[in-house]
Amino acid sequence: MSEMKFTIDGKECAAKAGQTIVEAARDNGVYIPTLCHYEGIKPAGACRICTVRVGGRNMAACTTPVTNGMIVENQTPELEDMRKSIIEMLFVEGNHMCPVCEKSGNCELQALAYRYTMLAPRFPYLWPKRGVDASIPKLYKDGNRCIQCLRCVRGVRAADGRKVFGLVNRGGHVRIGHDAELANALGDEEAQRAMDLCPVGALIRKGVGYAVPIGKRKYDGAPIGGELERA
Amino acid sequence: MSKPVVATASLAGCFGCHMSVLDIDERILTLIDLVEFDKSPIDDIKTFTRQCDIGIIEGGCCNSENVENLRLFRKHCNILIALGECAIMGGLPAMRNGIPVRECLEEAYLNCPTVDGGIIPNDDELPMILDRVYPLHEIVKIDYYLPGCPPSADLIWNALVALLKGTPLDLPYEVVKFD
Ligand code: SF4
Ligand code: SF4
Ligand code: FES
Repeated sequence: MSEMKFTIDGKECAAKAGQTIVEAARDNGVYIPTLCHYEGIKPAGACRICTVRVGGRNMAACTTPVTNGMIVENQTPELEDMRKSIIEMLFVEGNHMCPVCEKSGNCELQALAYRYTMLAPRFPYLWPKRGVDASIPKLYKDGNRCIQCLRCVRGVRAADGRKVFGLVNRGGHVRIGHDAELANALGDEEAQRAMDLCPVGALIRKGVGYAVPIGKRKYDGAPIGGELERA
Repeated sequence: MSKPVVATASLAGCFGCHMSVLDIDERILTLIDLVEFDKSPIDDIKTFTRQCDIGIIEGGCCNSENVENLRLFRKHCNILIALGECAIMGGLPAMRNGIPVRECLEEAYLNCPTVDGGIIPNDDELPMILDRVYPLHEIVKIDYYLPGCPPSADLIWNALVALLKGTPLDLPYEVVKFD
């Protein structure tokens, strides 16, 4: 079967075989928030911001394929509040000083906080001790802002396919490490791509920045996901 | 009926949030028709003269004086608002939170390149610096949070209007920003 029918919040949708709920929703003009997902790289289901309800169960929409006749709940008050609480958790479990962050205005975490009108997180700040690593010639890594989405781990590869970044440690101590030899070889273009891949300001290019003025940045004027909803 | 009374303070902040209050432009004329100010840098009243309806605080707590002042505000204000990133999460001053206080003081007063034979200030007149910068809600109960660095004038205005009229707070996309 090549074309499947399913619904999102009652809206009739069509999906191609093998499409995930997030991909099919997008093709049908429905926004499901994502954070660890990046088009073109294999989904990891790491952040759960895309959680939808199918058959009374919560599922990650970025990893779950559509099946024929599937009934998906997306914008229910419960799911929206759970998504907001995930955003708030990510804010308190790192050190996010947006006013001094170069990614501010272009950051997907911040944009989701705006979308969900987060005035202040409901959870206590954890003030974790995280470091900045400026050892890579073209990039610096700010662990304070890393949300462990694994986009860089999955998406940044050397020419021979080897991974440049990787997870080190476990549990609350996980950090993004890098292969020094491969990371040192990253050129300007690859560094820019790594920065673009990172949803937050944890990978920032050295020597350039603040090119777009406040007011003109990606999420200054319109919410993330808004382009789908306005269409 | 007497006008609602507003008090404001800047703790470990840069006065940018207060500047943003002034940024409501000509609406400030409406504001002074609607409210009276008590203790505030805006009218330079230094001590509380009465119980206030609304307290607005910019900046977090980085020293003992900030904490005393904040507790005083909690006692004298029925509603307390954390205004701006520093009040909500410490902001720029909280960038020292991962660094031991001694290291910060030594860097600022002894080792910094422009210092010549410095000493670390230690006078009874000076407030004690805290081990880290504390957001307001970690010290007293906070009723409302208005983010931004600084919060936009429209956010401040909308919040004051909602509080004074008892209507829901209008939060269009453009007014909630963290920078
Ligand atoms: S990474 Fe995003 S949320 Fe974190 S400080 Fe930077 S702009 Fe703010
Ligand atoms: S550095 Fe960026 S892309 Fe990599 S895991 Fe952290 S947040 Fe994700
Ligand atoms: S976007 Fe689906 S789990 Fe992160």
